[in-house]
Amino acid sequence: MSTATTRRPAPARRAAPRPGPPRLTGRRLAPYLFVLPALALFAAFKLYPIAWSFVLSLHKTIDGTDTFVGADNYTRLLDDPLFWTALKNTAVILLVQVPVMLALATGLAVAFNSAVLRARAVFRLGFFLPMVTGLVAYGVIFSVLLNEKYGLVNWLLQSVGLDAVPWLTDPLWARISLGLALTWHYTGYNAVILLARLQSIPRELYDAASVDGAGAVGAFRHVTLPGLRPALLLTTVLSTIGTLQIFDEPFILTHGGPDNATLTIGVYLYQNAFTFFDFGYASAIAYALAVLIGILGLVQFKVLGDKS
Amino acid sequence: MTPTHRAGPRAAPGRLRNSILLTWSLAIALAAVLLPFYWLVVAATRSSNEIFDSPPPLMPGGHLLDNLQSLQTTAQFGRVVLNSLLIAVIYTLCAGTVCTLAGYAFAKYRFRGRDALFGLLMLGLVIPAQVTLVPLFKMMADLEWLNTYQAVIVPNLALPFGIFLMRQSMGTIPDELLDSGRVDGCGELRLFLKVVLPPMRPALAALAIFLFLFQWNDFVWPLIVLRDSASLTIPVALASLKGVVDTDYGAIMAGTAVAAIPMAIVFLALQRHFVSGLLAGAVKE
Repeated sequence: MSTATTRRPAPARRAAPRPGPPRLTGRRLAPYLFVLPALALFAAFKLYPIAWSFVLSLHKTIDGTDTFVGADNYTRLLDDPLFWTALKNTAVILLVQVPVMLALATGLAVAFNSAVLRARAVFRLGFFLPMVTGLVAYGVIFSVLLNEKYGLVNWLLQSVGLDAVPWLTDPLWARISLGLALTWHYTGYNAVILLARLQSIPRELYDAASVDGAGAVGAFRHVTLPGLRPALLLTTVLSTIGTLQIFDEPFILTHGGPDNATLTIGVYLYQNAFTFFDFGYASAIAYALAVLIGILGLVQFKVLGDKS
Repeated sequence: MTPTHRAGPRAAPGRLRNSILLTWSLAIALAAVLLPFYWLVVAATRSSNEIFDSPPPLMPGGHLLDNLQSLQTTAQFGRVVLNSLLIAVIYTLCAGTVCTLAGYAFAKYRFRGRDALFGLLMLGLVIPAQVTLVPLFKMMADLEWLNTYQAVIVPNLALPFGIFLMRQSMGTIPDELLDSGRVDGCGELRLFLKVVLPPMRPALAALAIFLFLFQWNDFVWPLIVLRDSASLTIPVALASLKGVVDTDYGAIMAGTAVAAIPMAIVFLALQRHFVSGLLAGAVKE
């Protein structure tokens, strides 16, 4: 049906090729037709489920039928220790792993941008490569590499005289492993975003800084960091959104364990929906998550964005 | 001029030392980052027993074919690879069309409601995918699409990031080019196909790699809608093999290599377009 409407203007235009009203009509209609597929698909498979999800979050399945329970699922959240554990675990990743990763990415970007670095293209590519690897693939690789008894990493540690580390079986180390995996995966990607911004900082600013007697540290503080601000905002917001939704890594590496040490909101949501089939509660968790992401995004824009 | 002079001969030895120091420390860090890839090649070519030998193997072995054969018997791996390939190719073509058309309209036309509609689509970047997981699953069940390609492909066709990327790239097309096409009597669709698309080839390559990678590696959504072993994609099949009591790690690693190494090669071959295409979307404020 929509194809018929799409085709309609074309013959009309072909009949009147000279400038004038018919061409204008086609030109006016065209953008709507161009965005129509995207909007229709988006409405059907994003907006509609978002709304449905909210309705679900107000219901509970009792004896096979959906019963309206009002805000019950939301009040249950507040008293659910596992939800709080998941929230805490996610917050720890956000407060520890994200800053470490972005600091590393900034360092890498500055190094990539340095005139004295050789084989720059090789490094840029090499550090970006983990981003291309699928989560399942690297989850599998990491779980074998980090195996406590037989893993290559512990063997390397022991061969230089250190103790074996219970990477995936001890709660604290499981968190560290998760952080390492995330850092491995995303640092290069963030570095490339930051690098693009670095390259747009005018050379003269550095020359001026050096004329003013600023050393390498001074130039970094007074020229590089302020110049990077918009890109840092972008990477921070993207990392925050990504971190709050983290699912694949803990699901593959540790299944949220041991002892729920790596249970994230994403994993808990998945468990409730697709292990316990409690869709109402899972939807409430999803909405709590959406609200959190919204609030944190706004705060970050306020804190990092205003001064640019 | 002056700074170069000042930095001249006196600073040269320090510069060389810095260069060597920086390059080598990055090289060591890079070796650590690439270690998992090397280990993947080693493990994919070893038997499960060898992988867990002590000391662990450091060189590739000769078990790749055995591992692939075992994957074929336990997980119909040939079928799984075919599923992944078909899904990723069809997805890339369809989503590429949807995103490019929308991105072009948002970048190059002024029309009522443009900014509001674009903002609405960008909401998709901010709303977590998990919010829609449950209702989407129910929708797929109602449509009786579970275990089908379209269940994986259709819901993600209007990918907000793809639309964003295309809008940024399309912004670089000069308006004069479009106007001269129109003066020549070109219809809007023909203008898009014949005038806009050809010079956009690098950006389209970036979008294609991005979409293909996204679909090829996607895990959660296929995991939810594909339950039948004949319809699985590679990530879902590999994840389902892990955790079985007698996990055959040699086979899993071989499957992982089959999934990862072609991607790495495609990426390395086309990275110039990919990185610059992503950056076009990343740095614009």
